[in-house]
Amino acid sequence: MTTDSLTERVVLRRRKVWSYTAMSALAVIFLFPLVFMVVSSLKPDSQILADIGSPQAFLPVGDISLDNYFGVFDRVPFGRFLFNSVLITVLTVGFGLIVNSMAGFALSRMRWRGRSLVLSLVIATLIVPFETVAVPMVYWVSKLPTLVMEGGMVKYDFGWLNSYHVQIVPFIANAFAIFLFTQYFSTIPKSLDEAARIDGANWFTIYRRIVAPLAGPAFATVAILTFLPAWNQYLWPLMVVQQESLRPVMVGMQYFFQLNTAWGEVMAYTSLITLPILIVFLSFQRAFVSSVAASGVKG
Amino acid sequence: MTTPTSTPVPPHADRSSEGAPRTAAKRHSTRAARRREGRAGFSMVAPALILLLLFLVIPVLLAFGLSFTNARLISPNPPRFVGLDNFVRAFTADPVFVRSMINTFVFAAVIVPVQAGLGLFLAVLVNQKIRGVTAFRVIFFIPVVTSIVVVSILWRFMYQSDGLINSMIDTITFGAWQGMAWLNDPSTALGAIIVLSIWQAVGFHMLIWLSGLQTIPEELYEAARMDGASARQQFANVTWPGLRSTMVFVLVTITIAALGLFVQIDVMTQGGPVNSTSTLVYHAVRKGYRELETGYGATISLIFFVLVLTIALIQRRLTRDKD
Repeated sequence: MTTDSLTERVVLRRRKVWSYTAMSALAVIFLFPLVFMVVSSLKPDSQILADIGSPQAFLPVGDISLDNYFGVFDRVPFGRFLFNSVLITVLTVGFGLIVNSMAGFALSRMRWRGRSLVLSLVIATLIVPFETVAVPMVYWVSKLPTLVMEGGMVKYDFGWLNSYHVQIVPFIANAFAIFLFTQYFSTIPKSLDEAARIDGANWFTIYRRIVAPLAGPAFATVAILTFLPAWNQYLWPLMVVQQESLRPVMVGMQYFFQLNTAWGEVMAYTSLITLPILIVFLSFQRAFVSSVAASGVKG
Repeated sequence: MTTPTSTPVPPHADRSSEGAPRTAAKRHSTRAARRREGRAGFSMVAPALILLLLFLVIPVLLAFGLSFTNARLISPNPPRFVGLDNFVRAFTADPVFVRSMINTFVFAAVIVPVQAGLGLFLAVLVNQKIRGVTAFRVIFFIPVVTSIVVVSILWRFMYQSDGLINSMIDTITFGAWQGMAWLNDPSTALGAIIVLSIWQAVGFHMLIWLSGLQTIPEELYEAARMDGASARQQFANVTWPGLRSTMVFVLVTITIAALGLFVQIDVMTQGGPVNSTSTLVYHAVRKGYRELETGYGATISLIFFVLVLTIALIQRRLTRDKD
């Protein structure tokens, strides 16, 4: 009996040591490129290359300065790119929360003709990756009507290319977000709606005052899951926005390569757009983790 | 409460033609309420529905329609119907398309098992109840929140012939290694992209596996231990059977993402060297957007769409078997 528990303890101890070793080795693999990126952003190009063969590549030593960061602001309109990205992301996520949660409410708690048809449409569109429709969609948005101001008059024109709305409107409705809201809302007791109906509340009031306030976790999950793709958009703005002043940060970086590649400045640029997201992630990591887990619960 | 009859009437069931003793006025008011509910429901779903139709359903239909035409992105002439010309061209007269399709399949064939397996390995590691395990979970997930554009640029820098990867291999092999330009060699470029793609995305699937692992009740493991099952036997007989639906989800999401490979190619190699890294989506964008041949680009998109649809249907079949 005692020898048994002794061997068991030895086995457990050995497994623990092995686990920590494996996890630490993996942590190094997952972190070294990012450490290299941030450290290199602080060094002049000549020193980056000189340090590459030694552990100094990962240490902020030697000729350390913020010159590369100033260089980024000098060479490209970085502030403008950042403003564009923030605007596009905030509006896409914000409108998305409203539009998709309203749809989820109607689909999960109300009876109306065509409901099951719309629900199956939403589920069918879940699997359509954006890449499959990107090329025909450029053609499509180039034909859509739009209003333009011309000499104080509002005129009618065609083509959505080179605008903010072409980067926002197509991504507001999101089948996956509607699906998550529908799932979550159907777990909230329907007797609440009936009680409110008797008190004379209309359906929109029930959605806004009763059900939405009870669905905080669903709103947080959808916000997190739609925030990253909106911030990281690349293929779409690459195709529909040629005007530099309307470009988001990810595409702005591509422009950086047309000048001769100054790697220190490139690393400063990538650090600038990565660190804020990492800080947000690290502060809300619990919410991030549970959101991703929720996305896998039902594919 | 509102209906004084002895038979309970479900609030929404259509009982108006049956013999429940109701006054005409009451019947009228429930019908009006139902009509109001119908109108309200439809108007609440309308914004999302219109946007989905405009920016998902119509583009899918357009991919179908345009792939049988010679439409161009900027052209004074309206598109002309050309039958199956674009499809014939893709499979017989466009070697870059065939090469792109093969590259995409090779990429998916390597990524799917390796990333799924590695993700599961990480999930099992961080599912242990030992101190500090949450920190490792967070670390393994950090590349996922890093933009793939940033990751591609960073690795492009590291893959240079005088870059970090070569110097690290050089250190490990005590100087026996001759540096090579990973992305400029047709035999290594796709492999190099595979490595960084797994590095970036595996943390996501670790979390999906982890949530699957945590649905398996602890009692099952206790029972297995009582029967004297080793760690390996516990994994084979308790863990693995409990992960079936998670596995289908993980495999399908990795496959669909892998087939859509674009950003890494665009940032790192532009399809080169000699088309060794061109992919379906990259080729569709090159033809349909950069070379303005919308009709032909739509054809390639449609072929890609059919592939994704096939995989989704297989998933449906696999998950249905279980029930």
